[in-house]
Amino acid sequence: MNQQASGINSSSDVVVRFEDLCKSYFLAHSELQVLRGINLDFHRGEYVSIMGPSGSGKSTLLNLLGCLDRPTAGRYLLDGLDISEMDDDTLSSIRGRRIGFIFQSFNLIPQLNIIENIEVSLYYQQVHKIQRRQRAEELANRVGLGDRLKHRPSELSGGQQQRVAIARALANDPLILLADEPTGNLDSKSGREILDMLDELHSGGKTIIVVTHDPNIASRTQRSIHMLDGMIERQEIRGGQS
Amino acid sequence: MTPLLLIGGILQVSLRSLWLHRMRSILTMLGIIFGVSSVIAMLAIGEGASQEAQARIARLGSTNLILKTVKPPQQTATNTTQQSIAMYGLTYDDAERFRVTIPDAQVVVQSKIISHRAYYRNRVLAIELVGTVAWYPELAPVELNRGRFLSTADLHYSEAVCVIDRNVTNNLFVIDDPVDMDIKIAGNYYRVVGVVSETRIQSNEDMLETRANSAPDTTSAGGRIYIPITTMKTRFGETSIQFGGSTGMVGEKVELSEITVRVPTIERVLPTRDVLDGILKRFHKQQDYQVIVPLELLREAIRSKRIFSIVLGSIAAISLLVGGIGIMNIMLATVSERTREIGIRRALGAKKQDIVFQFLSETLLLTLTGGLLGMALGAIIPIAVTYFGNMPTVITSQAMLLSFGISGAVGLTFGLYPAVKAANMDPIESLRHE
Repeated sequence: MNQQASGINSSSDVVVRFEDLCKSYFLAHSELQVLRGINLDFHRGEYVSIMGPSGSGKSTLLNLLGCLDRPTAGRYLLDGLDISEMDDDTLSSIRGRRIGFIFQSFNLIPQLNIIENIEVSLYYQQVHKIQRRQRAEELANRVGLGDRLKHRPSELSGGQQQRVAIARALANDPLILLADEPTGNLDSKSGREILDMLDELHSGGKTIIVVTHDPNIASRTQRSIHMLDGMIERQEIRGGQS
Repeated sequence: MTPLLLIGGILQVSLRSLWLHRMRSILTMLGIIFGVSSVIAMLAIGEGASQEAQARIARLGSTNLILKTVKPPQQTATNTTQQSIAMYGLTYDDAERFRVTIPDAQVVVQSKIISHRAYYRNRVLAIELVGTVAWYPELAPVELNRGRFLSTADLHYSEAVCVIDRNVTNNLFVIDDPVDMDIKIAGNYYRVVGVVSETRIQSNEDMLETRANSAPDTTSAGGRIYIPITTMKTRFGETSIQFGGSTGMVGEKVELSEITVRVPTIERVLPTRDVLDGILKRFHKQQDYQVIVPLELLREAIRSKRIFSIVLGSIAAISLLVGGIGIMNIMLATVSERTREIGIRRALGAKKQDIVFQFLSETLLLTLTGGLLGMALGAIIPIAVTYFGNMPTVITSQAMLLSFGISGAVGLTFGLYPAVKAANMDPIESLRHE
């Protein structure tokens, strides 16, 4: 109901713009409409949560945001670039340069150690090994794992693994940070640590979009987008922070 | 980042994931190891056999044409009733005609071989007595070890001298120094002036054949004694009486057992063969001679070697193919096992080609390592075959390169499909994969 809520910001501050975004999956004989005409802007430095029941289309929205998929109709402008028509390679490199992913199940690569996991996206951006290592060590220190560089993910606790995942997501200094239920697999204490870390990143100026069921997480964000049946049901704007 | 570093990085990643599944990697590699080693071993055995054959032939001289007297087949049936003495074979006239007809033929060596026994002190040896000329060593596969060969003077004066070969030295003289000793053959004494060693390996078989035709009473090949052909003519004549199995005594008149003609160039060999054939056809009523052209034998040996190599090569290639299919199988399993990792990498910016390279480099690493190990094993097998099986083997660098190349090609061929399959997986699906 208040789609232009942040209209006070100039349009150059818009990092993500969805225009009539639709996504359908085509099954054998039927079309499954998952997103039906989403119009949405995300602004630089914003901390947004996307909420909604299962099947409301929030994961699909996140996949589109993360350039893992292309919309069926409508436009997706990421920092002014139209993602909708890009080929697979371009999407890959946009993911590598512009987007940071944080997953519910951490998704670290088991055979790589901590520092190598952090380096992965830099590796595909063909960053030189020495710079890569330097950046990864810096990030590992920042998430408090500077002493675990050579450990395997399986040797870390869930909270530590998610911290590694955050460090990995930050490695390419992304335009937007996407988190999918970042505390879903964690106990409440580790979950709180992770959320604190996200808060801190937000204060540092990162644009963060988090998908969650948890109203406690949503309450930390500036704006909550509630989705239902592939459409935006309502938006909720909180003042306080930022 | 330079391409080299990039490749280094990919290799490092591949090496690690292979190391993670050591047992599986080794088992997968076994197929390639055995495939490559069997290619190398089979080619080495084939090459060894062919080189030996070629060397034997080459020792006969590739620009030589060898004419041999053979007993015509009908002769045995007719001679008992009509002729008491069988006359056949090459003659001095033939040799003279060759010399006149082909002026640039380097040398014409006549020789005549009869079987006999040689005596020295209390020892006896069955030998082949060869009447020949002074320039025999130039064309024939013999090498002078001690003393001298027969001289033109020996020929001119029909001297009673002889040159013996290693077999005679070893069996007749044992430890005595043979030079200047006298050997008794058919009641006459011959002074030994030199010792030669024969380089012709096949000669034993040849002699056996000749003897089976002309001299059935002589047993094992003792050795060869060379005397001037003039001496032979005066002492032994041209007729020899032998005891045949059912027919009793058989008389044979043979002037020359062998004539060797050497032409200046290889290109001349085949035309010269036709010329010689023409001459012989005109003056010989029956087929009592045989023309041996080492060059033709050589070509035939090379041809049969090629067939041999193809057969062995295809057997080995099939085993490589089987190895390759095994690799493909494992890589497909690996890809499906690592679906989630692929999804993560794709989400973090890996392009399809990055995924292709990653899995392809794993397969290549497997096959090329397998190839190297296979080369090592393939180098050992022929050595073992030579040692235990007493067969000559030759490992060629081409065989090594070929099989290494094939193992790389197997990696590419069978690694490409799993790699492309991995790259084409939907990143969203892969991330959800358990």
